[in-house]
Amino acid sequence: METSFAITGKGYVLMAADTTAARSIVKMKTDEDKIKTLSPHLLMAYSGEPGDTVQFAEYVERNIRLYQIRNVYALRPAAAASWIRRSLAESLRSRKPYSVNLLLGGYDTSSYNPQLFWIDYLGTMTEVPFAAHGYGAYFALSLLDRYHDPSASLEEGLDTLRRCIDEVSKRLVVTPGKYKVKIVDKDGVREIEL
Amino acid sequence: MNTFLERYSSTNAVSQLKRAQRLAEEEDEFTDSAWGSQAGYGQLMNGPPSFTVPNVPDPSSFLRLHTDDHADPNCRIKIQHGTTTLAFRFQGGVIVAVDSRATAGSYIASGTVKKVIEINPYLLGTMAGGAADCQYWETYLGMHCRLHELRNRERISVSAASKYLSNLVYSYKGMGLSMGTMICGWDKTGPAIFYVDSDGTRLKGDLFSVGSGSTFAYGVLDQGYRWDLTDAEAQELGRRSIYAAGHRDAFSGNTCNLYHVKENGWEFIANYDISKLHYDGPGDVAGSPGHGYGYGIRVQGRSSANPPEATAAA
Repeated sequence: METSFAITGKGYVLMAADTTAARSIVKMKTDEDKIKTLSPHLLMAYSGEPGDTVQFAEYVERNIRLYQIRNVYALRPAAAASWIRRSLAESLRSRKPYSVNLLLGGYDTSSYNPQLFWIDYLGTMTEVPFAAHGYGAYFALSLLDRYHDPSASLEEGLDTLRRCIDEVSKRLVVTPGKYKVKIVDKDGVREIEL
Repeated sequence: MNTFLERYSSTNAVSQLKRAQRLAEEEDEFTDSAWGSQAGYGQLMNGPPSFTVPNVPDPSSFLRLHTDDHADPNCRIKIQHGTTTLAFRFQGGVIVAVDSRATAGSYIASGTVKKVIEINPYLLGTMAGGAADCQYWETYLGMHCRLHELRNRERISVSAASKYLSNLVYSYKGMGLSMGTMICGWDKTGPAIFYVDSDGTRLKGDLFSVGSGSTFAYGVLDQGYRWDLTDAEAQELGRRSIYAAGHRDAFSGNTCNLYHVKENGWEFIANYDISKLHYDGPGDVAGSPGHGYGYGIRVQGRSSANPPEATAAA
């Protein structure tokens, strides 16, 4: 089962998503990147119905890029989140809705605030200090209630993220295996080796 | 035709009612003569106790039809399911902690359930799944543990007691029993925990959590668990884990009951209100962090913003 986590820290958002692409009981691929870079300071982790996920993520990616080309400036994280949520909500009310769950992490360069949004396929959106999707959420959320620190340094944040991944590998029957971890902060987006 | 059928059928409602009334009258003859004491015979007067089962060809499928709300959310009888219970073994004995919420569907039927069943001074059983099933069979297990003591002049081991229970529930497999329980205690071999469920699974282990909130409890429990925890640390970990589940799982909550099993038997530590734990913490007890467990309270005043120095000053 797909799992993704994201946590905020002092000046950054960390995102981790598993890298397995499964079909039925078969692992089709073990190095799939499920975190898209939408703009210089915006990351989106997506999971859900196979097919829908990539289609929707690319649709969002192109539209965010189009906005930037037209207006010179990229959308700020909260504005991007609102647009994405609305796209999902409109899709839900169409003949064939996208079944995609999202975590949207961004760094607002004007207010110096890292921001994280939890969005589900029904178009529910909420800004949170930490978030998770998939079965991993059942183990990680209580853990993060206990260990998450919004003012943690990057090293501390990575330790907390490692705790989440360790716990899920320890207890979840269908362990996702490898994770890809990305960070967004004032310097932009980059990948991190755990 | 209907009245004719009723008169000669032995299973319809009216005839059953009549039979019950007849039995009640007969019973009166006994109870009158030895009123209040039943002359020490009580139940024996009526023969061995027995279960009443629905008068249908297959009682267990009949029960499932009316209790399984996965298949049919509108089913008439809703059995209590949501729960969080945990137990772990450590250097200082066994910690047992449970919540106290009973739900029937989306309704909170009670917030003061005792989910730890005190089998005897050395044995505790926890309750998850059907409340009645757990309560009845663990009390019944207590009877047999006492009989074992009388017959063998020594206390039953945790292993044997749990095996007795697992064999018992296994004999009812497929008939609708629903229980997930941990039998905890201290015997000749030291502290022990066995997980027993109505599938017939029986597992020996150091750390278990059972119920709908178990994943949330595991999240906190696994990360804080070590064999060499002190008594205070262990009790705090049990409390904190039940709080986590009570906070995140809609079917768990209200209060937390905490027990500590040591060499000389179990000890009830306390009952904690989970809302109080959230805002104020457990109060002045061993291992207390001195503030509420709630995320908002724990991280109060901390922020993720990192404005550059110049901006911060301006």
